[in-house]
Amino acid sequence: MWRYEKILQYPVRVSRTDLGLAKLLSAQYGGPDSELSAGLRYLTQRYVIPTDEAKAILTDIGTEELAHWEIIGTLIYKLTEGVPVQRLRRAGLGADYAQHGRAIYPSDATGVPWTASYIQAHEDPIATLHENMAAEQKARATYENLIDLSNDAGVIDTLIFLRKREVVHFQRFGEALNIVRDHLEAQD
Amino acid sequence: MTREELRQLREIQALEFTVLEFALYLDTHLQDQAALKEYNRYSQQLRELRMDYQERYGPLHIMHPSDYPWEYPRSPWPWQIEY
Repeated sequence: MWRYEKILQYPVRVSRTDLGLAKLLSAQYGGPDSELSAGLRYLTQRYVIPTDEAKAILTDIGTEELAHWEIIGTLIYKLTEGVPVQRLRRAGLGADYAQHGRAIYPSDATGVPWTASYIQAHEDPIATLHENMAAEQKARATYENLIDLSNDAGVIDTLIFLRKREVVHFQRFGEALNIVRDHLEAQD
Repeated sequence: MTREELRQLREIQALEFTVLEFALYLDTHLQDQAALKEYNRYSQQLRELRMDYQERYGPLHIMHPSDYPWEYPRSPWPWQIEY
């Protein structure tokens, strides 16, 4: 089961509100390769994956992704906090305001709502772990694009941390893949 | 998983639910001192039971100290237990 910790995994500092950047960061809140996709993908893959090591890594990375989802939500919150409605509208967030006000909603940077079709769960563990390694690389590339698009030092610092986590997760999934391969070969 | 281990796990489960139920209530009743007293009593009991269980049977949580080799992946996963 899960228990909430009232602490962010990494601090979030924002120098000023930036509506355009908030909209772009939605890519990692409710987009295809978002933290939400990552968390749900790994946590739902755990039941049929062989080996304790793979169960552990899916559980713990899946859980960390939910902490990253909270970091992205916090970034979007701080970048839009207290901004007058007309400024939201001028920045292209009028449709978001009409439907959600200033609430944070899991849709991508173009406004498309999150869907489970972004993720896959397959009983074949080789397929599953390759999907996860690809997902980590796609998320890394998305963070690099977001860093290129940002001009706020605080936001960039947080995005650099999140990008590094994708690299570490890719490494751990690769190791889990080797463990699972050895396990399957030992069974043959 | 032995019968004794399962018995203790069920006890922790029941106590965690009790503490959670009090916490939800207290979230909307900050000034209910009688409920708070009960909450503190149960959460203290829970803390002791969890420490005792984890010393005997290994970690319930990734941030708990471990013997060698790293114990956390090895104990049964929640969906593998016959309750």
